[in-house]
Amino acid sequence: MPSPLPPGSSPVPSPPKPTGQFASLWRLRRYAQPYRGKLVVMFAVALASTLIGVAVPLLTSTVINGPLRTGDRDALWLLGLYALLFGLAEAVLILTRRLTLASSVLGIERDIRDDLYEHLQHLDVGFHDSWQSGQLVSRMTSDISSIRRFFGFALIFLVVNSITFVSVGVLLIAIDPLLGGIVVLFGVPLSIVVFRYEKVYRRNIRAVQDQQGEVATDVEESALGIRAIKSFGRRDLFFSRYDDKAVHLRTLQLRQIRTLAQIWAWIIAQPQTVLALLTLFGVAATASGKLSLGTLVAFVALYQMLIWPIESSGWLLAASQEANTAAERIFEVLDTQPTIVEPDAVRPSTGAGRLEFENVGFSYPGSDELLLTGINLVIEPGETLAVVGPTGCGKTTLTSLVPRLYDVTEGRVLLDGVDVRELSLADLRTRVACAFEDPTLFSASVRENLALGRPDADEEQVAEALRVAQAQYVHDLPWGLDTRVGEQGMSLSGGQRQRLALARAVLGRPTMLVLDDPLSALDIHTEGLVEQALRSVLSETTGLVVAHRPSTVLLADRVAVLGPAPGGGTTVVAEGTHHELLETNAVYRDLLSQSSELAELADLTDLAEEAVR
Amino acid sequence: MTTAVDTENPDAAEQAAASPVPAAEDWRGVAAEDTEEVSAKGGVFLRARSRRLLGALIRPHRRAMLFATVLIIVVTGFEMCAPYLVSVGIDDGMPAVKHGDWTPIVLAAAGIGGSALLGSLLRLKFLTLAGRIGQDMLLALRRRVFQQFQALPIAFHEKYTSGRVISRLTNDLDALNDLINSSLDGLISALLNIVVIGTLLAVIDPMLSVIVLVCLPALGGLLVWYTKGSRVAYRQQRAAVAACIVQFVETLNGIRAVQSFRREVRNRDIFSKLNQDYVDANAKSMMMFGWFIPGIVAVGAIATASVLVFGGFQVMDGSLQVGLLTAYILYMRKFFDPMQDLAVFYTSYQSAAAALEKLSGVLEERPEVPEPTEPRELPEPVRGQITFEGVRFSYPKRDKDEAERVILPGLELEIPAGQTVALVGATGAGKSTLARLMCRFYDPIQGAVRLDGIDLRELRDRDLRKGVIMVTQENFLFSGSVADNIRFGRPEATDEQVEQAARAIGAHEFIARLPEGYQTDVKKRGGRLSAGQRQLVAFARAFLADPAVLILDEATSSLDVPSERLVQRALRTILADRTALIIAHRLSTVEIADRVLVMESGRIVEDGEPEALISAEVATGDAPSRFAALHEAWRESLV
Repeated sequence: MPSPLPPGSSPVPSPPKPTGQFASLWRLRRYAQPYRGKLVVMFAVALASTLIGVAVPLLTSTVINGPLRTGDRDALWLLGLYALLFGLAEAVLILTRRLTLASSVLGIERDIRDDLYEHLQHLDVGFHDSWQSGQLVSRMTSDISSIRRFFGFALIFLVVNSITFVSVGVLLIAIDPLLGGIVVLFGVPLSIVVFRYEKVYRRNIRAVQDQQGEVATDVEESALGIRAIKSFGRRDLFFSRYDDKAVHLRTLQLRQIRTLAQIWAWIIAQPQTVLALLTLFGVAATASGKLSLGTLVAFVALYQMLIWPIESSGWLLAASQEANTAAERIFEVLDTQPTIVEPDAVRPSTGAGRLEFENVGFSYPGSDELLLTGINLVIEPGETLAVVGPTGCGKTTLTSLVPRLYDVTEGRVLLDGVDVRELSLADLRTRVACAFEDPTLFSASVRENLALGRPDADEEQVAEALRVAQAQYVHDLPWGLDTRVGEQGMSLSGGQRQRLALARAVLGRPTMLVLDDPLSALDIHTEGLVEQALRSVLSETTGLVVAHRPSTVLLADRVAVLGPAPGGGTTVVAEGTHHELLETNAVYRDLLSQSSELAELADLTDLAEEAVR
Repeated sequence: MTTAVDTENPDAAEQAAASPVPAAEDWRGVAAEDTEEVSAKGGVFLRARSRRLLGALIRPHRRAMLFATVLIIVVTGFEMCAPYLVSVGIDDGMPAVKHGDWTPIVLAAAGIGGSALLGSLLRLKFLTLAGRIGQDMLLALRRRVFQQFQALPIAFHEKYTSGRVISRLTNDLDALNDLINSSLDGLISALLNIVVIGTLLAVIDPMLSVIVLVCLPALGGLLVWYTKGSRVAYRQQRAAVAACIVQFVETLNGIRAVQSFRREVRNRDIFSKLNQDYVDANAKSMMMFGWFIPGIVAVGAIATASVLVFGGFQVMDGSLQVGLLTAYILYMRKFFDPMQDLAVFYTSYQSAAAALEKLSGVLEERPEVPEPTEPRELPEPVRGQITFEGVRFSYPKRDKDEAERVILPGLELEIPAGQTVALVGATGAGKSTLARLMCRFYDPIQGAVRLDGIDLRELRDRDLRKGVIMVTQENFLFSGSVADNIRFGRPEATDEQVEQAARAIGAHEFIARLPEGYQTDVKKRGGRLSAGQRQLVAFARAFLADPAVLILDEATSSLDVPSERLVQRALRTILADRTALIIAHRLSTVEIADRVLVMESGRIVEDGEPEALISAEVATGDAPSRFAALHEAWRESLV
């Protein structure tokens, strides 16, 4: 990804307000802080092993210039011993660096990942609505990995290699200005070429990754929609769709391979060419007596030391840029502030559980149209209110306002007279328990799923919750309550999942129960049993129930009918008991009475259309 | 850590999984699948089926591969002349220059430069050629695996789960891609370097090469130690990262439940434990590498120092030239460096080998619902008469010890063309199984299901799907517009026909109100449809497909009452000239049926017209019929 900043901007970040190319990397320094000792060790060790790497060729030249000329065997033994010691020291230094690496950069990686996860958990539902989990996963995995590689390799070797390049370059120029000049001069263009190609390469990779995502989407659909594809016999259609994308992916991948091949060609050709020039001019210089043979050999060997810093500089710079982009992407998440936060001054929440919607209006973030408007409702302690209305009118949204999954745009939601925004989140969510339309189960044991909000629940409470939700089937699972369910475990039917989610909500008898169409996936027989048990729970608890069916409505003492408000949005259009409403309210009758007289259908349909509108 | 032990010994893992009392504090719980994919581990050798697959993939590219091999040998040759030419330049060129003869040194320099140029151009050629071969093989594999998954029956998919299908076609193919893209080239170069340089060293000076030879066992020992250890570390790493990602994704997808049940703290503890496990597994493999590399360097250092000393003695004795000694030492470095590449290669080889094992396993899977070898043609037009003839059916066992669960012991049923049949009964009575047999998601164990008198097993899949279509309560919408999704039923349909279908089942109103009407993308924000709306789209899709036989399995369960009523009315017209089988908990659907079947434990216990069944009590004077009881319960639920 090209940096959004203009090329002229300073590459060196300045502490107070970093605006340079590596600004986001600079912001990561607080993660490096705890490991700075180890980073310094790694840096020192890397530098030391480079120095030793310089020493070995020098030693070779000393051997050639010294003992080999004089025939001093003892001196040769001694120099051989030095060579051995230097070599072993290099091994020890590499070992030290690698081991330090494992204990430091992995720590940095872990800390960032922990922070990211924790931050995401506290970001509000509105944020999660607009971000696909796949995008966040790639931040958690590949982006953090490229940051780890930056701290472990790029950062250290950028510094070490610069030092090596400068010091060896100076040394070479000092030994022989002409030969040294050739080496340094030819090194610069290679760095630039590699850096350029490397940027193209990154772009290629990004294109490949995007296309891989496209292919993966097709794969996902072909797997998840297999029943539909089979039912309609649409195999060929799907294969040709997939094949087009797979072929394009191949093209992009070949492009990436070609770029990489070009980088390699440069990296191989350049040092050899320089070596040819060195041999030519070096031998000439030696022949004319300006250079000793040993020095020439050392020079060639030293030059080999420079190849890696030169060719790697391009890679390293590109890796740093990549890490910076990764850091940007991570900060994009970390910088997002949750909009639903703990109040500054927490008010204690006590009371029997009286819920009040006071002139509540709501619009989704980023939309200026009110979905809910002017909602006024009171649910007395122990009372249960059903919410009824046409599909898509905002019933579910209304329930989300109670546990503050969203905050109201206008008005207030009061629990026992206190605005829910003034209660501590933990307190509020302990008192309010929810069962959602889509029963979410995690890949964990039944017990863990059940006691999601109450890890301290005892066996008796668990048994009661299971009874209320008619979810005793869990005892018949292969490992009972320890059976893993969810994506990675036993697959349960829609009805089974719904009952488990319901058991989760009623566990521990919360002050307030919010149930979103809690019986939709149950068959009539089970529905009846759950209803009975649930009614006893709701008789002591304040309840807010979204209902699509008459049977669910009967759980409630009163019903609120949602419908279109005169100025747009949804509001409460009628309130009363089920029977009152059936008698007096045509819209309600249409929503709930399932007349078996097909003859009535025609005129009812008109009403339905009106209601939907 | 325990995962590693488990994966090392599948039997022990199975026992552990089957033990009745698992650790109570284990939040993750127990699942049978835990041990399943372990058998496909990344060892050094591939199983026969993977070798067969590999052979089949390679076959079309044999020539190109041969050419590539020659290329890389030539390239390696060019790249390796340099140190030798340098030594020639020094040993021969220098004395000549002293005598004013520049030819040898210029030739040597030109040789180095020329080989550099040729070598790099040929390597460019090799890399692109090898890349093309690899990508072609990968594309072929992608196609085969995708086609295979599409060909395998629903029974397979239910057992295998979509998550694993996706992971085969994405992660596993990516692992192979990584191997092809980066490491294979490294392996070939490394091996060639080791062989060629080893030979070269022996040629330059056999005496000194004894020293290198002595080092070989040490290098081999290091390599074996590393590959063994890293195999374990690698498996731990895979398991750890997978666990991390699952926890991460599930938290994000279930954020409503997480926040409203105050799960954050417990989640943080769980995640940081998983994260730490992942870091530990990573650290382990980094440590392995951390010891391996210095090991190689140390062996190299001993060898270099020895060569320096003994070679020095030979130079003093005049049996070796200085230039050759220099070249020898330069080559030695190139001999030891590729050992690291071997280690790097092994890491990606492991994941690729494991991937290949899993993919070849999928490809060897034989469809349990095969295409007929001698298909019979359906009469045109399809009338839609369905016959179940002594059909016995049980689902495939999940493991060998499980008792056979017979769902249908012996079903006899005749549905005349054009009849609308409602199928009712308790959960588990076999209603959905009957429906699935009707559209051949499974084959019966005994007996036959016939469409217009022809056994479904004798029909081509394509023909059968034109005649029989099922709509269920899971209504998957594919990415694309609403119109695309309806058109899925008949790809050649015009926009007018799509809209007609939507109007016919009462979906037009809500679609027209979407931000971009029929062109609204169903996966984008604003296009997300409710369960009921998705169901309506699925209805429109089935209606557009215009099958002779329509099966509705709980297809109206997510609709609210007004929509359901609209659908009922539409069904009256739609089903007038079709055979239909309707399964529903809510008996409102039954009202439009010509005939009601009540099922109990896989048998049809009542069969008749709805009115007749409801009033059966009156007729017989006994207890009310089962259907009448159900009907009563349902009416009560309506209040």
